[in-house]
Parts: sequence; structure tokens; C-alpha cells
Amino acid sequence: MTLDSAAATRSIRRGRLLTLVALLGLAGLYVLAIQFTPTERFQGLAQKIFYVHPPAAYAMQLAFVVTGVTSALYLWLRDPRLDAVAEASAEVGMWMGAIVVITGPIWGRPAWGVWWAWDPRLTFTLIELMVFAGYFALRTAVQEPEERAKFAAVVGITALVLVPFNHLTVYLFASQHPTPVVLDPSALGSPDKKLPPAMLRTFLTGMGVFTLLYLGFVMQRYGIGVRRLIREYDHAS
Amino acid sequence: MLTHPLVRATGLVRRFGLIRALDQLSLEVRVGELVLLLGANGAGKTTLLRALAGLVRPLRGRVQVCGRDVHAEPGARGAVGFLSHHAMVYDDLTPRENLRFHAALHRLDGAEREIEAALELVGLIDRADLPARGFSRGMLQRLALARTDLHRPPLLLLDEPFTGLDPVAADTLRQRIATWRTADRGIIAVTHDPAAIWTLATRVVVMQHGRIVHDQPRSGDLMDVRPTLDRWFVA
Amino acid sequence: MSFLRAVIVIMAKDLRIEARQRTALLTTVTFAILVQLIFVFARPAGELALSVIGPSVLWVMLTFSSIVVLNRGFLLEREHGALDGILLAPVSRVAFFWGKWLANTLLVLAVLAVAFPLWVLFFGLPVGMALLGVLGTVVLALAGFTAAGTLFSAMTARTRYAELLLPVLLLPFLIPPLFAGTSGSLRLLQGRPFEEIAGWLRILVIYDVAFLALASLLFPHVVDE
Repeated sequence: MTLDSAAATRSIRRGRLLTLVALLGLAGLYVLAIQFTPTERFQGLAQKIFYVHPPAAYAMQLAFVVTGVTSALYLWLRDPRLDAVAEASAEVGMWMGAIVVITGPIWGRPAWGVWWAWDPRLTFTLIELMVFAGYFALRTAVQEPEERAKFAAVVGITALVLVPFNHLTVYLFASQHPTPVVLDPSALGSPDKKLPPAMLRTFLTGMGVFTLLYLGFVMQRYGIGVRRLIREYDHAS
Repeated sequence: MLTHPLVRATGLVRRFGLIRALDQLSLEVRVGELVLLLGANGAGKTTLLRALAGLVRPLRGRVQVCGRDVHAEPGARGAVGFLSHHAMVYDDLTPRENLRFHAALHRLDGAEREIEAALELVGLIDRADLPARGFSRGMLQRLALARTDLHRPPLLLLDEPFTGLDPVAADTLRQRIATWRTADRGIIAVTHDPAAIWTLATRVVVMQHGRIVHDQPRSGDLMDVRPTLDRWFVA
Repeated sequence: MSFLRAVIVIMAKDLRIEARQRTALLTTVTFAILVQLIFVFARPAGELALSVIGPSVLWVMLTFSSIVVLNRGFLLEREHGALDGILLAPVSRVAFFWGKWLANTLLVLAVLAVAFPLWVLFFGLPVGMALLGVLGTVVLALAGFTAAGTLFSAMTARTRYAELLLPVLLLPFLIPPLFAGTSGSLRLLQGRPFEEIAGWLRILVIYDVAFLALASLLFPHVVDE
């Protein structure tokens, strides 16, 4: 359980390579979405966001689950590398969440007529972002690396337990809240609703690209985190 | 005599990041011993004391006090008294209330008389019913002394107990340690000023990088041993 | 049995200290009353009936008063390293958590003992069985609130920004019980049948069980070094 500077560098390098591949994939996804996928009849071009928005939401959820699991493992094994993974994943998850709450209103405006309609998925993402904003606020407030990792792990685990409660709350909230729905959002939500094969293919490409992006970012951020820890410990001793 | 040692620590491992605070450390202390625990800053002395008291959880290894694991059985901690430079008392409670709380945590029933005697002994009886807010460092430390010994623990762990004490308070503490030493207790004391209790010590243990590098019976004058001890502090 | 005794000893110690520092409790009560006043004046006069915003005000007041109370709980354990004193005692960390949790919950209820009747008065609510139901809902929601809060405050109290960090960490966790509590209370006051309220109560109970269990499990890790 030593912090290895060379391993950190390797992780950053591999992460960069993976991110490069993912970015090429993202460019390909744009071309695929705009050029080779039919435009949806009612929603027009705005619907293209469908190939970015749900994949980002999925990557965020993946990120926070990884943070929760590595946090639990950290409390058990006390290996600083697990804390570095949890932190890296949480940070990438925040960016993925940011993509979700930014692209959501871009689609929401033409589809619903308002930028923000307290749609359950967007509300859920916003709450998750706030939870992890707290996670990072706590991290910056604790100086001692061991204590910081321990406290962050406690929040990471608690955040994972909050997820089902959050889901339930935002859906119950939405069911009571009169939303100015211009278009039925469920028509967009599930790809199995006789989605044309071209759309499905593009959607799945999006999911793959975002998984790669997530992994590439986390590997780089992990390497940076380990380097920071090594510097902190060198400074302390 | 007791068959098992008062404290038995085996294979303790604890790292704080890259720093090895405890590195496969084992230690046994018996009744009647006063172990002087020395070492440079960051050698792991305080971590060891806190691990023996159940405050620091080692990654590996175990600590038994009077044959019971202090981390697995909360009850085992009742055999430990811990005196540090923190008084561990509440400002808004009076000395008597602070001791009552401590007694209740240790399940000492009807401890009123013992509390009275303890307050008398440390010279706080006149202030027993005034909130501890505004107490001087010396008064707080006297209250801490009463707290540490109230449940009559067989093992006493002292972490820099002389820090910030005025000469009178330091002398009271020294006398108290002398009494404990002769009264079938075991004591481990961490101090950066070994002169204060050198003659009372029975054994000298030196730590470096989380390991014990020197463990000998105390013999002779501090002045004679000083050069031998000092080489551990160079690193 | 010794577990329960330890819980009570730790709780009683906290209540005794709070009773001695009367300023803190009185200030929190004043704060709870002020939150209500602020709401009354934040509402465009005559636009929105007081009885409609009543439940929302109650729950916002409860949230902020809880945070004020929770912030104090572990700060007092920092005086002269008092926290170590409890950790050194032959008492399990779980008993320690339950003692702190119970003290925090009772202190919020003490604030409510004054603020709740005033709320009934200010918002012109009919005195009756429904209010008893609302009070029950409050107690149910409070258990989970203070469980997460006690766990988090044990951490934030060790930082320099305790007063700021606790609300930022805790508020997202209060959204589920807050929403269930507000919705349940509103229906109770509207005199709806119990079936409409049972669902909200169930959410509160599940939240309480989940967070009390989780906090009991994680708390030892927070206080152990």
C-alpha cells in the first residue's frame, strides 16, 4: 500500500491515451449523430442532445457508485490509493453531472418551453451535485490526509445510501408538480420505444464514448491525486 | 503475582500515509514497572500510547490490557488511565460534575465518597462546585489527575503530563507517580524531559520510526546514560 | 443494559451542559421564532393564505433549528480534548453515538416546545387531532435528520469551518424527509384520509431506520483514529 510516483505517472499517461481515444470517439459521435442519424420528427435538432445527455447522466451515476464502493473499501483497508480513486471518480462525476444539468435545459427549452421545469432527472442530478459539492468542501477543510480520507469516505458511503431516497423524492415531487409539458418526455426517455436502429446505434455509441471518457479522466485524476498525496507527505516528514 | 502481563501489544502496525508510526511493534509491561518511553518527534510514542489506550486503531496486531483486547471489548478500557496535556473536562460542568460523569461512564456506583476524596487529594475541594470555566492550566491538570485515577486503573499511560505545569503542580504530579509506582500499578510515560521522573523509572524504552530500538532496565544516573540515549535523537 | 446506561449518561451530560449555557438554547428558540416571522413577511400580503404556507414554514424552521443545535453538539467535545475522555471510557462507540443523537433530538424538541405552539398561533391553524399527527410526523422526520446530522457534525466539528460546512453537507440529505414531512403535514391539516398520509410516514420510517443504522455503523470510524 505504498504510494508510487512512477505508477502515478503511468496512470496519467494511460489515462491520457484513453481520453484521446474517447475524444476521437466523441468527435465521431457528433458526426454520427448529425450526419448519419435521422432527425426526430417533432423535436427536430434539439433531440440530438439525446446522444450526449443520458450517457453523461449514466457516467455520473457510475462515478458516484464507484466513489461509494471505494469509500467503503477505504474504511476497511485504509489504503490511500482507494481514497485517491474515490476522489478522482467523484470529481469526474461532478463534471458529468455538470454536462447533464447544462444540456438538459438546452433540450428542455424547445421541448417544454421553459429552461428549467423541475424534471425529476435534472432535479436528481442537481441534488447529487450538491451532495458532492459538500464532499469536496469537507475535503478541502481537513488538513491531515488520513482524517480527510476517512471523513470523505464516510460522506461517499452516506451519499450512496441517499440515492434511492433521492430518486423516490424527485419522482414523487414531479408527480405533484404541474410541469408545463409541451411534449411527453417519456417518448424520449426509453430507447426501446421502437427507436429506429440508426438512433439506437448512435445512442449506444454515446454510452461507450462516455464510459471511455470517464475511465480516461479518472485514471489521469487518480495519478494527479497520488502525486499530490506524495508531495503532502514529503512536506509533512 | 499475575500470570499475564498488564499490557501485551503484539505486532502493531499503523501508518499515517507514508509515515510508519507503528511498525511491527510488540511490547509487554508488568505490574510495578514504570517505563520511560523516549524518542524523537514523530517516532510514534504518542501513537503507541493512544493505541494502548484504544484511541488509535492499529491496522494489524492487537493490544491486550489485563488479558482483554482494548479494541474489541470496550470493557477492557476500564483498566486504563490516560493522562495527557489535555484535561478532558467540560468547562460548563463543575469539577464534581466532571468526575461524576467520568464515574458513571466507568460504572462506578455510589462513587460520591471517592469523588470527594479525589477532589481533596488534588486540592480542588474548595472549588468543587464552581464551573471549570476559567480554571488555570494547573487547576485543570489537577482535575485531570483526579479523573485519571478515579476508577483505580491498574495501567496508567502518561503522555507529556508535565507540559505547561507550574513547579508546584509538577511536584504534586511527581509525588503521585511515585505513589502509583509502589502500589502495584504499571506506568508508561512519554516525556521530552526524562529528568523529571528519571529516578522513578524502572525501564527505558526508545522508539525510532515506529520500532523499539532500545529496551533496557533503568540504571545509573541520567547524566551517564544521556550520550547513549542522545544518539537515537540525532536521526 | 450497560449499553443503555451509557447512552443515558452521555445524553444527560449534554442536556446538563445545555441547561447551564442557557444563552444557547434561548437563542435557538428566538431564531426559530424569527424564521417564522421572516416567512410571514417574505410572503406578498394577501396573495397566499398563511394556512397554505404553514407546513412549509414549520419544516424550514425545523431544518434550520436542527442545524443550529447539531452544530453545537460536538464543538463542546473539543474543549480540553473532552472527546478522548469518552473514547477512553469502557463504553462502546455505538453507545456514544446514540447518546449524542438522543441529546440532539431532545434539544431540537425542546426548541419546538416553544416554537410549535407559536406556529399554530401565527398561522391560524385549527387546534385538534390533526396537530397531534403533525407533531408525530415531526418526531418521525427528526430522528433521521439528527442521525445524519450527528454523524456529520462529529466530522465538521474537527474542521475550522464547522458552522458553514455542516449545513452544506447536511441539507441535501434533509430533502427526502423534508419533502415527505411537508407533504404529510399538509394532508393531515387538510383532513385527508389516513391512506393518503401513510405513504409519507412510511418513507420517513424507512429513512430513519436506514440512516440510524448507517450512522451507528460509520460513527466508530469517524471518532477512532
